[in-house]
Amino acid sequence: MSDAVIRVDHLGKCYRISHQRQQSYVALRDVITDRVRRLWRREPAGNRPSVEDFWALTDVSFEVKRGDVLGIIGRNGAGKSTLLKVLSRITEPTTGRVELDGNVASLLEVGTGFHPELTGRENIFLNGAILGMSRVEIARKFDEIVAFAEIETFLDTPVKRYSSGMYVRLAFAVAAHLEPDILIVDEVLAVGDAAFQEKCLATMKNVSRTQGRTVLFVSHNLGAIQSLCRSAILLERGGVALSGSVESVVAAYTHTSESRAVVDDLSRCARSGTGEARVMGIRFEDDAGVPRNYFRMGESFNVVVTANFPTPLQNPTFGVNILTDAGVLVADCRSSHYGLEFGRALGTIEYHMRIPSLALYPRTYVVEPWLADTGVLADIDWVRSAASFVVTAGPNFMSGANVNAHHGISFIPTSWSAESVP
Amino acid sequence: MKLVIEPGRTARNYWRDLWHYRELMYFLAWRDLAVRYKQTAIGVAWALIRPALTMAVFVVFRRFVGIPAGSVPDPILVLAAVLPWQFFAAALTDSSGSLIANTNLISKIYFPRLIVPGAAVVTALVDFVITLGMLAVLMAWYGFAPGWQLLALPVFVAITFGLSLGFGVFLAALNVEYRDFRYVVPFIVQFGLFISPIAFTTDQVPERWRSWYELNPMVGIIDGFRWSVLGGRTPLNLDAVTLSLAMTLFFLVLGVWYFRRVERRFADVI
Repeated sequence: MSDAVIRVDHLGKCYRISHQRQQSYVALRDVITDRVRRLWRREPAGNRPSVEDFWALTDVSFEVKRGDVLGIIGRNGAGKSTLLKVLSRITEPTTGRVELDGNVASLLEVGTGFHPELTGRENIFLNGAILGMSRVEIARKFDEIVAFAEIETFLDTPVKRYSSGMYVRLAFAVAAHLEPDILIVDEVLAVGDAAFQEKCLATMKNVSRTQGRTVLFVSHNLGAIQSLCRSAILLERGGVALSGSVESVVAAYTHTSESRAVVDDLSRCARSGTGEARVMGIRFEDDAGVPRNYFRMGESFNVVVTANFPTPLQNPTFGVNILTDAGVLVADCRSSHYGLEFGRALGTIEYHMRIPSLALYPRTYVVEPWLADTGVLADIDWVRSAASFVVTAGPNFMSGANVNAHHGISFIPTSWSAESVP
Repeated sequence: MKLVIEPGRTARNYWRDLWHYRELMYFLAWRDLAVRYKQTAIGVAWALIRPALTMAVFVVFRRFVGIPAGSVPDPILVLAAVLPWQFFAAALTDSSGSLIANTNLISKIYFPRLIVPGAAVVTALVDFVITLGMLAVLMAWYGFAPGWQLLALPVFVAITFGLSLGFGVFLAALNVEYRDFRYVVPFIVQFGLFISPIAFTTDQVPERWRSWYELNPMVGIIDGFRWSVLGGRTPLNLDAVTLSLAMTLFFLVLGVWYFRRVERRFADVI
């Protein structure tokens, strides 16, 4: 008998996806008319609106021991969120079994149930109750929560007047004072400033190491995963691709993502815009034209975006947003900032952007290519989280000094001198 | 405490969880009230204006049609029916739409989902209690004293609560799956206002139709409510009350059963 507190056994989750339906919801009216029509015409079953089974999770098994912190990594759509939803009992699995030994609290979103009209004080009680705390418990921890969130002076202000930083701090503070045996956390560190992220990480470390609680932690921030977790699992296409020590799993994950220097299928990405033209693919290259998705600081870096214009467009603006893996916008690079006009766009167009010297600190960066109509200031197509690249601290850079993500986002070239003052 | 998650397994701890989360019901109801009274300039007055205006319209209607005034002043007679009706209508409307309105909670946090429509009915109950104060003031104004029958008032409030909860929970669950049910509720509420004994009393309904008429569960409730508040000056039809009670139990069982059956799919389809 092992001392596993979380035992996941051949877990699977299947969603039914209908391809023909335009509406996002089902109307009974449509269900009835559909049934009646089929009855009348005796249509074969094959003529139904095509319904496809989509397995978001397949045959997932793992165990977590008491007091352990397990990191879950994987690309968008790999099934991380679905797994957490099943474990937090929000949705039911289709197959398999989960055993959880102890009470569970999950934090899939920061500030779930916060109401903008209510004050900070009121929201602490409301949010605490939603997370499963009793009124007495919240009242007992109230001062601690307020101190942790650093919002003393704004306690009686409606949270709609809070800055986003204050909002996130308050929300995390409430969650941090839960006392579950098992804590499930999804990507909550993607928000808030760096100092607060550090504080959250420290709190979560404390939760597992000194209080003996078990934590499941999902993040895109590999640095956070590495500093917090001892073991990790890698999810790919709904299944466990690898599990083991955090070092080996993170290494494998960054290795598999190297092959993603060329992304030619963006159909699974979220996008917005008029859709008059579409971004079809994106790749990263070095100056020799070799695809690659890891670059050293100070190296030159090329982004090549392929776009398709079915109808002619006059002088579209080409753009590439660079974000940190935590979602902070580093730069919105666009052709219009240079007053560039490429004339009439029609058919397939490849546009190139070159950064001569990559002045970014080591971490994973996310890239979002976009097209916009400069005339009417409207997005034509904007692909979210299309691809990512990794910046590493090369041995030749800064005479081998140990630079890392903690030093900031954008490297600012500086010059230094020191003189002794008599 | 060991928790097992399996397909098709309705959580064994459901009712215990419901008890554990009972304070959440209180907080959700409190949130809805607090937000409403913060957002609207006239605040609490809003809870009073609606029944007052409805009452006024029906009193004028009675004069128009020429319904003879009885031993009870018209405003009291009508208001004593408007209040339980509006409690039912508000509770039904809010609870049936409550799951959709709280999508963000349902897709991100686990708790027994019955809490959500339950909180909506509690919110309506609080509004109802506030409006009871208005009835008390009106009765004092007319120098109209209730009798011992007033002791039965909590029973009728409880039946209304149960009926709107059962019916509301049923519609809330249907609403998640089939969104066109949101058109059904306003219709029920509007139609019910006319076919319930509000502008008139049940004894004004022709005898031969009355047993059909009493199939409307609000008939027994409103009659009982009137009887209780007006010191027995309007008749109490125990058959109708029994029927209301039976239908309340039926809807509670049906509503909770259906709700529990589809509840585990809510997060996937909402």
